Amino acid sequence: MSNHPLVDVRHLKQYFTVKSDMLTKLQLKAVDDVSFTINQGETLGLVGESGCGKTTVGRTLLRLYKPTAGEVYFDGNLITDDNINHYRKDMQIVFQDPYSSLNPRMTMADIVGEPLDIHGLYKTKAERRDKIAELVQLVGLNSDHMRRYAHEFSGGQRQRIGIARALAVNPRFIVCDEPVSALDVSIQAQIINTFEELQAKLGIAYLFIAHDLLVVQHMSQRIAVMYLGKIVEIGPADEIIEHPVHPYTQSLISAIPLPDPNAARKRHRIILQGDVPSPLHMPEGCPFRSRCRYATEECAKVCPTLEEVSSGHQVACYHPQG
Amino acid sequence: MSNYSADMIPKKRLLSLQLDAAKFERASDAEKEQHDVMRESTTFFKDGMRKLFKNPLAVISLVVLLLIIVTIVIAPMIVPYKYSEMITINGKRDRSAKNLPPFTYSQMELKAIEEGQEIFPHIFGTDELSRDYFIRVVYGARVSLSVGFFASLIVLIIGLLFGSIAGYAGGKVDLVLMRIVDVIYSLPDTLMVILLSVVLDQVLGQSLQGTVLASLGTNMISLFVVFGLLYWVGMARLVRGQILSIKTNEYVLAARAMGAKSGRIIRKHILPNCMSVIIISTALQIPSAIFTESFLSFIGLGVQAPMPSLGSLANASRQALQAYPYKLVFPALGICLIVLSFNLLGDGLRDAFDPKLRR
Ligand SMILES: Nc1ncnc2c1ncn2[C@@H]1O[C@H](COP(=O)(O)OP(=O)(O)O)[C@@H](O)[C@H]1O
Ligand SMILES: [Mg+2]
Repeated sequence: MSNHPLVDVRHLKQYFTVKSDMLTKLQLKAVDDVSFTINQGETLGLVGESGCGKTTVGRTLLRLYKPTAGEVYFDGNLITDDNINHYRKDMQIVFQDPYSSLNPRMTMADIVGEPLDIHGLYKTKAERRDKIAELVQLVGLNSDHMRRYAHEFSGGQRQRIGIARALAVNPRFIVCDEPVSALDVSIQAQIINTFEELQAKLGIAYLFIAHDLLVVQHMSQRIAVMYLGKIVEIGPADEIIEHPVHPYTQSLISAIPLPDPNAARKRHRIILQGDVPSPLHMPEGCPFRSRCRYATEECAKVCPTLEEVSSGHQVACYHPQG
Repeated sequence: MSNYSADMIPKKRLLSLQLDAAKFERASDAEKEQHDVMRESTTFFKDGMRKLFKNPLAVISLVVLLLIIVTIVIAPMIVPYKYSEMITINGKRDRSAKNLPPFTYSQMELKAIEEGQEIFPHIFGTDELSRDYFIRVVYGARVSLSVGFFASLIVLIIGLLFGSIAGYAGGKVDLVLMRIVDVIYSLPDTLMVILLSVVLDQVLGQSLQGTVLASLGTNMISLFVVFGLLYWVGMARLVRGQILSIKTNEYVLAARAMGAKSGRIIRKHILPNCMSVIIISTALQIPSAIFTESFLSFIGLGVQAPMPSLGSLANASRQALQAYPYKLVFPALGICLIVLSFNLLGDGLRDAFDPKLRR
């Protein structure tokens, strides 16, 4: 076995230039110096409020956007613009919106078969058809519906088609960008189970993006918490949920709905005060300080970097709690 | 379906929101059936055609256009006259057959009929050079329709290429290409058409002699050049706008994540999704091309005599408008019918196929 991680992201940055009016251009730091690793067959959960840059991390990692700075290593090799096409077969993505992620003019067979076409993964028409049928069944869809168009399927079924499409090239790593958040709760559980079954069967590593902490905890071995383009806390899943250290993580966890109303009443909910700074005008220092109860002068000067608090558990805060 | 169940995965935490499948009721057969009915398998195209055929105006214009096309294809085979030749009786030119009203015969023809000859009636009468007017109007409609069709084809091809490149490439390429479009768009098009027709007539006049194109006439060719140079900009803008909005869909991103090349993305994902809009606006482009051709022919910059076009026929009829008003009525009616039918059909297509107007 190799001793390097499967995916190694180092100091990834993605700055978008946004026009505020005709002349002035502003920089939007959607992802600002993010580093993490994912091992073979492992799931890293990525959580954070909407707009904090989770989607951008996933897409920049796959070079769907050209990174402003930083490197991504896959299986120990640096990914560049020149060799990315070679790695398209190893890294795939499942999108959030099951409606806009499938071409309405294509049948299920053509959608799932497209990666096979692109990479020439079959020799005969019959082989193509068999491979598609196999993929479709693998994600729990009925292979009798091959000739149906995307709009004839329900949201959950569409998401399964998206998963089958990602699996077609036999990837070793999939970015799952909030794959269940657009679905009904009852369907969410089914799709999550499908992801887990596939991981057990095929040994795929996931970057599992979600804003629902419970879903992420259920899926992942490790969790990274993002706030305004930066990772503020990263560590083993159970430790993040049970012993959160960053004040932002603590507030997220205190907001998880509890099924037991008595327990919920007893719990102390941390309600954040203050405003989220505009990503176009990021303040100096820690991005969270405007909403942080523990903020001091120190926080306003230099942005804290990730420091280890226990084995494998890192936090970017001058005043780690607990 | 597969045999997973929400209950089978061990709950990692008590707080988990995982649902208990046992609490759900199975859908009854009646409910499932209802779903199947709702999901009747129709393709986008079939669905659109069904809507189109429910629109009476669109159907009528389609029928009118088909009738016109059948007429202009078949009539020259049945009617024994030529658009450029005087009527002849027994090999002799019939000079008395000038300016006949519809369905009348000249003296020479009447004599021939008495002798037992069959003479084909002059449905629209004859013109001042003793030529059958019906066949001239038919040929005029032929010219007008083919100008409309080919000019729209030129507009479509150039506009599609230009617009797709600008929309797909984006950034600086888009900026430069669209400024070119803006400049052309801002030119007064009628004036440009007239100027270009005059200039091209001079330039092309000699160089074309003896080639196949000469039979088309320089005016006709300059007409196509004008369309090729000026009228594609609207199409280019439309295509660019469509592509910009389709490009943001996640299925395009998914194709890129699979390693699809740009050509494939345009062919398989972007064009099929803006095809309906492009077809509709091409259908609407045809009448505008026909109208421009008629207008140019009317002011004498259109097709070369003796080739008729609906516009030049209308122009020729002006000289004796009071004596023979029907000579204006037939070509004018032809223009009106063709342009109106194409416009109504285009509107019908838009209502049936434009997804933005649906639901
Ligand atoms: N293509 C883009 N151009 C400009 N700004 C963008 C683009 N994509 C995302 N952003 C901005 O980057 C920030 C992060 O967005 P995103 O990654 O989608 O967040 P999340 O997925 O966590 O909700 C947002 O402020 C968003 O407006
Ligand atoms: Mg997102």
